Amino acid sequence: MSLFSDHLLSVVTFLPLIGAALILAIRGDVASIARTARWVALVTTIVDLAIAFLIWANFDGSTAAFQFVEQASWLGFGITYHMGVDGISVLFIVLTALLMPFCILASWNSIETRVAEYMIAFLLLETLMIGVFCALDLVLFYLFFEGGLIPMFIIIGVWGGKRRVYASFKFFLYTLLGSVLMLLAILAMYYTTGTTDIPTLIHTHFDPGMQNFLWLAFFASFAVKMPMWPVHTWLPDAHVEAPTAGSVILAGILLKMGGYGFLRFSLPMFASASEVFTPLVFALSIMAIVYTSFVALAQEDVKKLIAYSSVAHMGFVTMGIFTLTHQGVEGGIYQMLSHGIVSAALFLCVGVIYDRMHTRDISAYGGLVNRMPIYAACFMVFTLANVGLPGTGGFVGEFLTMLGAFKVNTWVAIFSATGVILSAAYMLYLYWRVVFGALVKPSLQAIQDLSLREVAILAPLVVITIWMGVYPKPIFDVTSVSVANLIQQHKIALAIDHAPKLAQTNVAARNGEGLR
Amino acid sequence: MTHLSADLNVLAPELIVALSGMLLLLGGVLRGDRATSLVTLLASLVMVAAAFVMLTYGVGRQVAFGGAFIVDDFARFAKVLILLGSIVTLAMSHGYLEQEKIARFEFPVLVLFATVGMMLMVSAGGFIGLYMGIELQSLALYVLAAFHRDNARSTEAGLKYFVLGALSSGMLLYGISMIYGFAGTVSFAGVADVVKTSGVHIGLVFGIVFLIAGLAFKVSAVPFHMWTPDVYEGSPTPITAFFSMAPKIAAMALFLRVMLSAFPAAASEWQQVIIAVSLASMVLGAFAAIGQTNIKRLMAYSSIGHMGFALLGLAANSVQGVQGVLIYLTIYLITNAGVFVCILAMKRNGEQVETIDDLAGLSRTQPALAFAFSALMLSLAGVPPMAGFFAKFYVFLAAMQAGLVWLAVLGVLASVVGAYYYLRIVKIIYFDDPAPAFDGELGTRLNAILAAATVFTVLFMVWPHSLVDIAATASKSLIP
Repeated sequence: MSLFSDHLLSVVTFLPLIGAALILAIRGDVASIARTARWVALVTTIVDLAIAFLIWANFDGSTAAFQFVEQASWLGFGITYHMGVDGISVLFIVLTALLMPFCILASWNSIETRVAEYMIAFLLLETLMIGVFCALDLVLFYLFFEGGLIPMFIIIGVWGGKRRVYASFKFFLYTLLGSVLMLLAILAMYYTTGTTDIPTLIHTHFDPGMQNFLWLAFFASFAVKMPMWPVHTWLPDAHVEAPTAGSVILAGILLKMGGYGFLRFSLPMFASASEVFTPLVFALSIMAIVYTSFVALAQEDVKKLIAYSSVAHMGFVTMGIFTLTHQGVEGGIYQMLSHGIVSAALFLCVGVIYDRMHTRDISAYGGLVNRMPIYAACFMVFTLANVGLPGTGGFVGEFLTMLGAFKVNTWVAIFSATGVILSAAYMLYLYWRVVFGALVKPSLQAIQDLSLREVAILAPLVVITIWMGVYPKPIFDVTSVSVANLIQQHKIALAIDHAPKLAQTNVAARNGEGLR
Repeated sequence: MTHLSADLNVLAPELIVALSGMLLLLGGVLRGDRATSLVTLLASLVMVAAAFVMLTYGVGRQVAFGGAFIVDDFARFAKVLILLGSIVTLAMSHGYLEQEKIARFEFPVLVLFATVGMMLMVSAGGFIGLYMGIELQSLALYVLAAFHRDNARSTEAGLKYFVLGALSSGMLLYGISMIYGFAGTVSFAGVADVVKTSGVHIGLVFGIVFLIAGLAFKVSAVPFHMWTPDVYEGSPTPITAFFSMAPKIAAMALFLRVMLSAFPAAASEWQQVIIAVSLASMVLGAFAAIGQTNIKRLMAYSSIGHMGFALLGLAANSVQGVQGVLIYLTIYLITNAGVFVCILAMKRNGEQVETIDDLAGLSRTQPALAFAFSALMLSLAGVPPMAGFFAKFYVFLAAMQAGLVWLAVLGVLASVVGAYYYLRIVKIIYFDDPAPAFDGELGTRLNAILAAATVFTVLFMVWPHSLVDIAATASKSLIP
């Protein structure tokens, strides 16, 4: 038992691999392999979710220290296998583990070819995604961060739509290009400080000139991942071509890694650079919010529309994070969590009708409410949550980020507020075209409402969305202290960077001693 | 005479391989081609024995023939890799030679002689030993490249390799003669002393440049890479595998030794050249491979690129750099062994096929092979968590430590371009509609090599420690 409880993070990270190994071991004819593979994957992800909840339940929200820490020697040179979570990362683990069973369920019938490989790819992906949020060593983090590209590449390329090859290559190379620059920054940090240990680096002060370069290198990676305007163009392609569950993971988890990276690395490690580049981030965020909202308004493809809306919503996150206020950062985290649920649910909703009609054209639908009332109700909840209506999860995050922005820069807040209006425009326009109106299209006459399996997928997400809108306290209980600590540390670091030269040399000397 | 016997003791592993090579040649002449498989087996055992003797009886730094022959941890590390590469080559060649009806007993004997040459190269303590080692391995390799003598492409490969190789030897010798002229000695240590005390003369710099040109040819670095694609494509596949493994390691180890032990005082001169060569190799390897359709040509450009990355470690001119190169070469050797087994498996109706489109849909016809091939390709691309990532990680680390930031930045950008063509193979294997399946089984030897290479590549991240530590010891013995 103690072996289990001492290594909870390793367990939650690597448990899916055991499921993947089990699937590999299945023998039999194609149909029975597929059936068993689905069940093994489902059970594995549910057990993993239970462990994630266990971690959440045992998490102590009153401290900003890293918890459930594990450390073992690994690469030599002081690069260790170091795992741990704080209030910022723990909920992302829960989010990842939460979305996985839905992904498996959503693929239950829609994936018919090479089911075992599909399930293995997803389980592998789960391990790598959870690892990203657990890693407390830069190299380990990079390993998980980059490793996730491989299964996603396969998922888009094998089970994707018509232009899947183009989309998968674009996804892979775009993200790889951003990430290798981060790798160089990691090497440079290692060279300067002699360690890649994240908790140690958070308390290390880099020379402000060097900070700018390091910040930009990390930014290259996270901005692509986020994605921020103008490096977002891989996302619509990847979303459109990926199978439903792939889109869910992309929107729900992979995009959050960028925001998480800003919080974990950019703010605490490169404090003055973060301050220097804040106007850049604000400008890009506003561009993302306003411009991509207009782009979304013009889309004819359901998935593309939601993809562009994701870019806009991530604009709120970056804006919130770089306000460097308690409200803004908390809002950014909350926005990421709620968007993880809501956008995932929206893609699942699209998947429901795509499975029936095999088209994503908005014009192919209309009047669905007449034949699919339950579906229309679920879809409405998520639509409104995406708009940011009070009482849904989307509201809390957007409101807090704008509150933070308002304290820092009124203009930023005003521009971003237009994004809320625009999101209402494109989401309601979408909902109107798909769900309302008369059911005139002959192809839609026989469409069926949600099956029991689909209700089982969407109903919990409806509950979570509304719960996050009316009672956010359990989440803030976890994040609050860590965020306060983050801001505090950022301020201290900033003070040191701004202090006169004399003080800086003292700090440098102190750092040097710490290293030796 | 005790002196000579002490020297010969140091040379024991080389002597074992060389004398056995001669004996096996005699045996082969007596028995004819019927003895091929026996000779192959014995040759492999001889190399295992040589490795065993070397690791059991060799400790610390041993010197023979007045410093002309050095055995240190660095040399032992490289020799183990070389012997491993040669053994794997013999294991791969067995079935292939039979299939192509070129199973002759000279094959394993030539591999043995090439191996002796390579072992001499990595132990060279002076320019005479360096040149002897290079020529011994090269002559054997020229013949091996043309081993399929009734095949036009193979003979062309052999001839091309010979002509260009002779040219590079000429440049090498010219450079050595200039260095001798200015330093007055041929031993690395002696040259280092002279350079240190009397400074870097312009003539010496010319000598170094010619020397680098000759060595760059052997590691197939740009701009001396022209022979590589043709020779890779034309040679029998196990020999192509051999080219990409053992000789590369020997030449790179020699490169490290001569630069770091003979010219430490002229580092600022040769570093510029190495930086240019390294960068050009990385970039050309990445871009030129994109258009290739033949898998062996593609691997040729891939090897050019990889040598560029390995040279980053030399450009760093540090212990970490040497360590990075050694780790790089180890991982590259093992990955390549696996890749060439996969290429050998590309066989339809008893004939080898070589275009990358022949791999289409392999994941559905042979899932295990497809997985192995893809994992190895991703490793060559340097995508974590595969072993190839760690290879690049350590050389880039060394380059950053040496302050070669821009070289590192351009290097990672080249690696992203390179990732494209490796990914394309993964794409063909996994995304495309299946082509007709390849001929069945690989046989136990090839399966074992492939399985070992794949397991190593995928699971290297779990226990990288031991390799890193051994490489650290080895690199410290080169730069005290």
